[in-house]
Amino acid sequence: MSAVKTERPTVDPELLAERRMLLKGNHAVSYGVMRCRPEVIAMYPITPQTPIVEKIADLQLSGELDAEIMTAESEHSAMSACITASLTGVRVFTATASQGLFLMHEMLHYASGARVPIVMACVNRTLGSPWGFWPDQTDTLAQRDTGWIQIYTESGQESLDTIIMAYKVAEQCLLPAIVAHEAFYVSHALEPVTVPSQENVDAYLPPFNPIHRLDTGLKESWGNVINQEMFYRHRKDMDASMMTVPGLLQAADEEYAARFGRGYGGVLEKYRCEDADIAIVGFGAMCGTAREAVDKMRAAGEKVGLVKIRLYRPFPIGAVQEAVAGIPRLVVMERNYSPGAGGFLHQELKAALYGMADPPLVHGYLAGVGGVNVSDDRMVELTHKALAEQPVPESIWV
Amino acid sequence: MAETKKNYQIPEEDIFLSGHAACPGCGEALAVRYVVNTMGEDTIAVVPPSCIAIISGPQPYSSMKIPVYQTTLEASAASAAGIKRALIRQGKGDTNVLALAGDGGTYDIGFQALSGAAERNEDIVYVCLDNEGYMNTGAQKSGASPHLVYTAFTPGGKPTTKKNIPEIMASHGIPYVATATTGFPDDLARKVAKARDMKGGLRFIVVLTPCLAGWGVKDNEGVKVSRLAVDTGLWPLYEVENGVKYTINRGPQGIPVSEYLKTQGRYKHLTPEMIEQIQRETDEAWELLQARASCVAEVAGAAR
Ligand SMILES: Cc1ncc(C[n+]2csc(CCOP(=O)(O)OP(=O)(O)O)c2C)c(N)n1
Ligand code: SF4
Ligand SMILES: [Mg+2]
Repeated sequence: MSAVKTERPTVDPELLAERRMLLKGNHAVSYGVMRCRPEVIAMYPITPQTPIVEKIADLQLSGELDAEIMTAESEHSAMSACITASLTGVRVFTATASQGLFLMHEMLHYASGARVPIVMACVNRTLGSPWGFWPDQTDTLAQRDTGWIQIYTESGQESLDTIIMAYKVAEQCLLPAIVAHEAFYVSHALEPVTVPSQENVDAYLPPFNPIHRLDTGLKESWGNVINQEMFYRHRKDMDASMMTVPGLLQAADEEYAARFGRGYGGVLEKYRCEDADIAIVGFGAMCGTAREAVDKMRAAGEKVGLVKIRLYRPFPIGAVQEAVAGIPRLVVMERNYSPGAGGFLHQELKAALYGMADPPLVHGYLAGVGGVNVSDDRMVELTHKALAEQPVPESIWV
Repeated sequence: MAETKKNYQIPEEDIFLSGHAACPGCGEALAVRYVVNTMGEDTIAVVPPSCIAIISGPQPYSSMKIPVYQTTLEASAASAAGIKRALIRQGKGDTNVLALAGDGGTYDIGFQALSGAAERNEDIVYVCLDNEGYMNTGAQKSGASPHLVYTAFTPGGKPTTKKNIPEIMASHGIPYVATATTGFPDDLARKVAKARDMKGGLRFIVVLTPCLAGWGVKDNEGVKVSRLAVDTGLWPLYEVENGVKYTINRGPQGIPVSEYLKTQGRYKHLTPEMIEQIQRETDEAWELLQARASCVAEVAGAAR
């Protein structure tokens, strides 16, 4: 028996076709979500996430999107409802940012423990105190241990496409996924975006129809108290599923590229790294700027490349080692900060290189914390700085 | 005022099973029995951390022949709503969704989610099993603990009064609010059946469930204590429909509150003045309930 409702309201066929639209990054997410046909969407507003969920409400009103919308009284309740709706056997979506994500924290662990493939869009924003509304990835990065897949994107188009891939990956490994893009630089920036046709997305993303679910016919339960051995087995099982994610995302991206003509390299992207003396490593919107910086330096005859990390959880150690092998130096430029530990990506990267035969030197620069602008010229400057100094274990405020 | 029958017969489905882990004589377990056996097999239950969670589990066992989702302490109403929304999408909207939460999980930490679900009028039955404290963690004070009572967090007696949760919930204007207790099981089962059959909107029942360990009550006296709570006027049995239609099922029967208080270790520190004060507060609350019931009925009648 299919758990998914089949009758749908009639929608103008033109709206179901592939469409080229001028969209804010956040609205691109909404259209991507619409194409995935979630059944339950729980929402609570927070700047700068609001355009995502406001657009979803509009799309529901216009009939383009057919779902139960729950206007929760908090992010904690929104996530709680997403977990149970998913456990009942339907596809769900929610979105948040910053403080809202932190209010969800308890339920993020609960979700991954319940093995529910929720997809959540997060718009990276500084955390209080003091208050700020600026692009900074510390909010999602600080959720790295919650058992959620984390993918970082640099444009509205990439976010839209990645939402669709994220459902595909999450529903295969039964783990929840965050797709994160940054406040304003991506969330509110207008760009021409291709919204794929409904038919094509339906062909790419099969309906979600889990065997285990809350169902009075099945009488299965979830969440009961367990003993130590069961808990150990549960977490071991979760780990095994987590470890399948890099491969699943790689495959999902390749299939996406073949079907839709757009791909992002799967877990990471290498840009102009041939013979590089140094590569910038980053994730999110800073990679767009880094591409410009790389082009400038290449034009000046400098051998500089970019490694853009897309998948942060699980960290794709194998792919990263392979990508950086032979590059003598890496310079991480970050827009996030973990007090006492420095940049999240810097930490992660150093650990990922452990055991490599001839690992690159790694410089960690806290360049864009709090959303300060890191221009392409600034990136050139920082790359030159890295080439001129010996790296230290700590991340450096530049 | 309808006299509640003493020789009762309650139609029960065989859903809640023996062999669970509650203390012998536990009021919560007795309430769970009447609640789930009345709700019936086409029900999915949500249970937060509480003694109810212990009574439900442990994995791989279950004391209930229905799906039970154990949620977090503050999320019962939101978790139940999520299930219901999904069932609606699956064309299974007739399946009942039942939240079974303690007083701590309802009056205190779960109140925001409950109030939000009430405002949205989520189609769920929410039953609060009120044992007037955080019993699973060792009998600490909650917003449901009564005035002057001893708890592990108020060893000198609780300085503030019990929240009036039925009135708070009734003021959300939800279809159904009721009080009940285990000493009047036919009244409890009738209310659960009524809530179940109403369909649509949040139906809220708060059941006073004596906790033997936490209250200092003898193993075989839970039911007696529960009946005394009603008959002394401390726990009137009543219903409120749509926030306006009050039905009082049973109020004080002329028994002083001291008769109730003296059955429990948690009140043994009370002075005669304190008992006097509790009597006064109980009388006032009863007056107020009756006044509210008739006044709301009048206003609602005038508006019609
Ligand atoms: C967020 C959170 N805080 C604290 C706890 C610890 N805790 C578990 S059960 C419980 C008591 C709940 O009391 P109540 O809801 O009245 O249920 P009872 O145990 O009395 O049946 C508490 C405080 C928890 N599980 N989650
Ligand atoms: S502690 Fe109280 S509520 Fe908990 S099982 Fe024992 S008697 Fe019941
Ligand atoms: Mg309690």
